[in-house]
Amino acid sequence: MEKKWEEMSADEKQEAQFQKLLSPKDPEGKDFKFQSPEAEKSYKDRITRIKDAIQLKKLPDRVPVCPLPNMFPYTYAGLTIQEAMYDYEKCVAAFRKYVLDFEPDMHIGASGPGPGKFFEILDYKLYAWPGHGVAPTSSYQCHEGEYMKAEEYDILITDPTFFFSNVYLPRVFGALEPWGMLPLLPGIVEMYGVAFNFIPFGLPPVQGAYKALFEAGAEALKWAMAMGGVDGELKTLGFPNILGGFTKAPFDIIGDTLRGTKGIMMDMYRQPEKLLKAMEAITPIMINMGLGAAQQTGNPLIFMPLHKGADGFLSDEQYKKFYWPTFKQVIVGLIEGGCIPLPAAEGGYNTRLQVIKDLPKGKTLWMFDETDIIKAKAIVGDTLCILGNVPSSMLQLGTPQDVKDYCKKLIDNVGKGGGFIMGNGAFFDEAKPENVKAMVDFTKEYGVYK
Amino acid sequence: MSGELVRLLSDLKEPEALAFVEKALGEGVDPLDLLGQAREAMKIVGQRFASSEYFIPDLVFSGVILKRIVEMLEPHIKKGQEAERLGKVIIGTVAGDIHDIGKDLVVFMLDVNGFEVLDLGIDVPIQKFVDTIKETGATVVGLSGFLTLSFQSMKDTVDTIEKAGLRNTVKIMIGGGQIDEQVRGFTGADAYGKDAMAAVQLAKGWIGG
Repeated sequence: MEKKWEEMSADEKQEAQFQKLLSPKDPEGKDFKFQSPEAEKSYKDRITRIKDAIQLKKLPDRVPVCPLPNMFPYTYAGLTIQEAMYDYEKCVAAFRKYVLDFEPDMHIGASGPGPGKFFEILDYKLYAWPGHGVAPTSSYQCHEGEYMKAEEYDILITDPTFFFSNVYLPRVFGALEPWGMLPLLPGIVEMYGVAFNFIPFGLPPVQGAYKALFEAGAEALKWAMAMGGVDGELKTLGFPNILGGFTKAPFDIIGDTLRGTKGIMMDMYRQPEKLLKAMEAITPIMINMGLGAAQQTGNPLIFMPLHKGADGFLSDEQYKKFYWPTFKQVIVGLIEGGCIPLPAAEGGYNTRLQVIKDLPKGKTLWMFDETDIIKAKAIVGDTLCILGNVPSSMLQLGTPQDVKDYCKKLIDNVGKGGGFIMGNGAFFDEAKPENVKAMVDFTKEYGVYK
Repeated sequence: MSGELVRLLSDLKEPEALAFVEKALGEGVDPLDLLGQAREAMKIVGQRFASSEYFIPDLVFSGVILKRIVEMLEPHIKKGQEAERLGKVIIGTVAGDIHDIGKDLVVFMLDVNGFEVLDLGIDVPIQKFVDTIKETGATVVGLSGFLTLSFQSMKDTVDTIEKAGLRNTVKIMIGGGQIDEQVRGFTGADAYGKDAMAAVQLAKGWIGG
């Protein structure tokens, strides 16, 4: 008899996830229909190749190649970022063209640009995007600020969900400002007084916020249908997307968009205990965010962009005290739930390699940017699969020969013995198409394991 | 008592440093002496950052403490008494890019190392760099950018400075997440720096001090 999911070990769960990917079903539960037997074979070969690279048990047939672009597919198709954000059909058509032209072993879908109109409906203040603070050709960029005040840690620690619904979201979405008036839901317990709690929902500003939410939800759904459509179509053609969702290290949650870089750095000195407690409070939420998304999408890979723990941002001591403990808990929680965390270490991670070496073997895929990737192979090559790290500057300004030389060095050194996926180091918007092509084609040719 | 503030600020002892300044002012210590000590402390902070004893949080926090100290001292200092500045440096994040963390660190380190910094902010139109060079006679320009899109903006900015006939009057340095020698060559800048201390070293090399 098959084991129940809850009874499986982390190893068995991960294996089960891959087996599910290898025998895909359609929504009715029947075998997924590919456009051709060749497409089916390519799809399964690609999944197997990625699986072998990640698990570190078997040598893959060749080095998988997975460019992970940011806005490149859209600029490549001649769209402005604004068009990619507002015209979902154009957005997915561009993404489809990118995948079919470059034929990567894995893609992560067309959701990068996001739905422009949705952001407008909710009056998103956290970012500038084309037409809202940056030019049509610019990618969206964060407005850093103190969206959580220094004295609000206790609210976050006591009740993170209340903090988000009543304090944080009203600040970052103009349309949700009235949510500051929402009742405390655990106060709704018995007949007497229950109605008092619902008074806010009768007030015009709160009702207005909900109207905006309905509209935003409909827009998000429309966008998601377009995204799902292109994913499904590319799958029938043999190109898998195994990205299941997204979560973050608790330190980055607070340092990126709650307290901001300066805010969290002051807190490390002025109120370190509260900062640590707040990170502990949100850790289970960050784990569930990844697990929930993986369940919804059926895909195991959970993307984690890493920011404030990079080389230079924190000392070793600060990293080990503030960043690593809860980050590790999130990674381990995801692994225990059968997911494969994909931390993307933006900037350098050289000084952290000895620390992350401690992770369970064959359970994570790390994207390295400016890290000395050959050194990384030596230190963490037995622990985790490495993805990277063709530099953005080379993709944009170099020649195909530069890229080939660089990829050769990566395959010879980092690819040795498996555990390596060729890719870029940082998410790129601009690149010479012939350079991206050189990365993919050269890896397919030279990266075959003999 | 001399040198106590140097120690407290360079060791990032916020409450102690502020209490010391308050007490010293009450006892009639020359505020310019205290300001001098604060500057001395910031030099030490910069050295510790350069030698990887301090990291970005330490740098940021030293700036927070310094700001509070300067706010306490300012009402006691007459205009015109401030120390001579080494030279003028124009800094800005180039057009199309609104990232400011790296740029702000560079501005801060240049300032505490004695340069007069003209911070043009983020998403700076190319012409604004040109106009500011003309207006101020600054001899060093720093261009910051985080996105790959900023490579082109940096190049356009350097080209426009050239076309305005000002290229020989300024040294141009660039910096930001994905910046390397290849990007420097593409943009036509004179140098690139990996961090805020590199910017200080470059500016010192060009201006002196």
